[in-house]
Amino acid sequence: MKQHLTVVVVEQNQDRAFAIVDALKESGDVEVFVIGNVSGLARKIATHGPDIVLIDIDNPSRDMLEELTVASGPLERPVAMFVSGAAGGLAKAAVEAGVSAYVVDGLQAERIKPVIDTAIARFQVLRQMRTELAETRRALEERKVIDRAKGLLMKAKGVSEDEAYALLRKTAMNQNRRVADVAEALVTASGLLS
Amino acid sequence: MRTVTLPVAYMPLVDAAPLIVAREMGFDHAEGISLDMRPAPSWSSLRDMLAFGHVDAAHLLSPVPVAMALGLGGIATPLSAVSVLSLNGNVIGVGTRLAGRLTDQGYGFDFSDAAAAGSALAKATGDVLVFGVPFPFSMHVELLRYWVAGTELASKQVEIRTVPPPLMAQALAGGEIDAFCVGEPWGSYAADDNVGALLLPGKAIWTCAPEKVLAVRNDWAETEPHLLGSLMRAVWKAGRWLSKADSRTTTSEMLSRKAYLNVSPELIDRALMGEFTISASGEQRQVDGFVEFFDGAASFPWRSQAKWIAHQLAKRNGIDVSTAERQAARVFRSDLYRRELVGLGVETPGASEKLEGALPESTAVASVNGSLILPPNVFFDRRIFEPAG
Repeated sequence: MKQHLTVVVVEQNQDRAFAIVDALKESGDVEVFVIGNVSGLARKIATHGPDIVLIDIDNPSRDMLEELTVASGPLERPVAMFVSGAAGGLAKAAVEAGVSAYVVDGLQAERIKPVIDTAIARFQVLRQMRTELAETRRALEERKVIDRAKGLLMKAKGVSEDEAYALLRKTAMNQNRRVADVAEALVTASGLLS
Repeated sequence: MRTVTLPVAYMPLVDAAPLIVAREMGFDHAEGISLDMRPAPSWSSLRDMLAFGHVDAAHLLSPVPVAMALGLGGIATPLSAVSVLSLNGNVIGVGTRLAGRLTDQGYGFDFSDAAAAGSALAKATGDVLVFGVPFPFSMHVELLRYWVAGTELASKQVEIRTVPPPLMAQALAGGEIDAFCVGEPWGSYAADDNVGALLLPGKAIWTCAPEKVLAVRNDWAETEPHLLGSLMRAVWKAGRWLSKADSRTTTSEMLSRKAYLNVSPELIDRALMGEFTISASGEQRQVDGFVEFFDGAASFPWRSQAKWIAHQLAKRNGIDVSTAERQAARVFRSDLYRRELVGLGVETPGASEKLEGALPESTAVASVNGSLILPPNVFFDRRIFEPAG
């Protein structure tokens, strides 16, 4: 039995991949390979003969890995998303963190646990960063729409910017909707009418 | 009205229509629930979302819950298929190289005769033929295997690889696969993209293949019977609405929205109308009932459908066939279907199993309250499926 664990990380984004690799290497005696290009993914993974495969749960190419869970897969050793026995609780935590791990069947839970724990923690941080980025983008988008709606109101009703915003807010409150949603409805409607 | 929010996962495909319609047309609110529609990035993620409780129900490939019950694949959470969301709806297509050779040998692309298509493709291909499918446990794989085994393609080395549908065109263009079987709109997408031509609708292999099911966790079905009932009724009403001819244009518009499929309504229309453009040169083919959501008790989860799937999976994976069929039959919940939909006056069949492949014509059968017309149910090779016992 070899001493170190071989881990394959499927990740197209280089920065994310480096962050994951660094964290995994600190967690113990592991050899890590990164696969960035997903064409022919199952075969590429098989050439490394990994003990564990890690992939972002939002990666659409994840289904390619499911082939590995079929016993006659290219690894010739059954691989499963680790759900059995001692690692059962880990699976749920991993799914929540946004990573899925495929582990060669029969590996002992205590050997894989440090690696999986590290991966979970790292993916959690990355997921949080991504969520924050998406939130920021959305907020920016919404501000643009609100500004356009304000402009439309100012032009149509001859009111000031503050009054236009107050009107948007009042309508939103009355209709139990978000200001951004009311603004968007107004912008869409005015687009249709113009 | 106060509603209970129910998170539901789906893949952005034409056959997610019953769930999307239930939400968009307000059939969910009428039942006191509010469907929180969560698109999934992959079938494995969708299965995990359901298995680990992130969602309570899902639009799922019919073989997935069966495979899980047989211990195949990674996860073993017991799931129930409480209704069939759609019959048929897949297309088989070939890359431009094979399409060219088929045309050269005088093949007419009739888009209906599966045996003839198999012979023609066997002549056009080399010794190895690689198909791309969306998932290892899928009706796509089962239909392909059944078709290959019953035609001249059986003499070829046929490989089936998993390729996410959005990457199918790229895999064809890159020579990684020679052909594919996918759900709409991805087949039409590939044809329009000029990377391939459509060869057959899935229906040409089996006229009544259960394609997607409405799946829930067994434990959830037991602890939340009222929510389950509301969900099943909302989805059944959505199916009834979808079965009206004048609903189709609205449905295409609805599905095409950015939040759902994010492709043009014209592309979605082809599957709903059964009017296909099979190649980039614009050849048209008509397929009646290309995908069925409602008519002929389409949504009834027949235990014999689960047995057929289990039979194929068990034979291929070296599992005892009769045990597998018995385990699978418990996954398709005709009992829950009857229990929850009886109040709506739904005509449910008298039996919970039928002879798959045994109805060459539409046939009236006994139902609980009278009679029900079942649509033709035949395999291309006219064989009748006999369960192992």
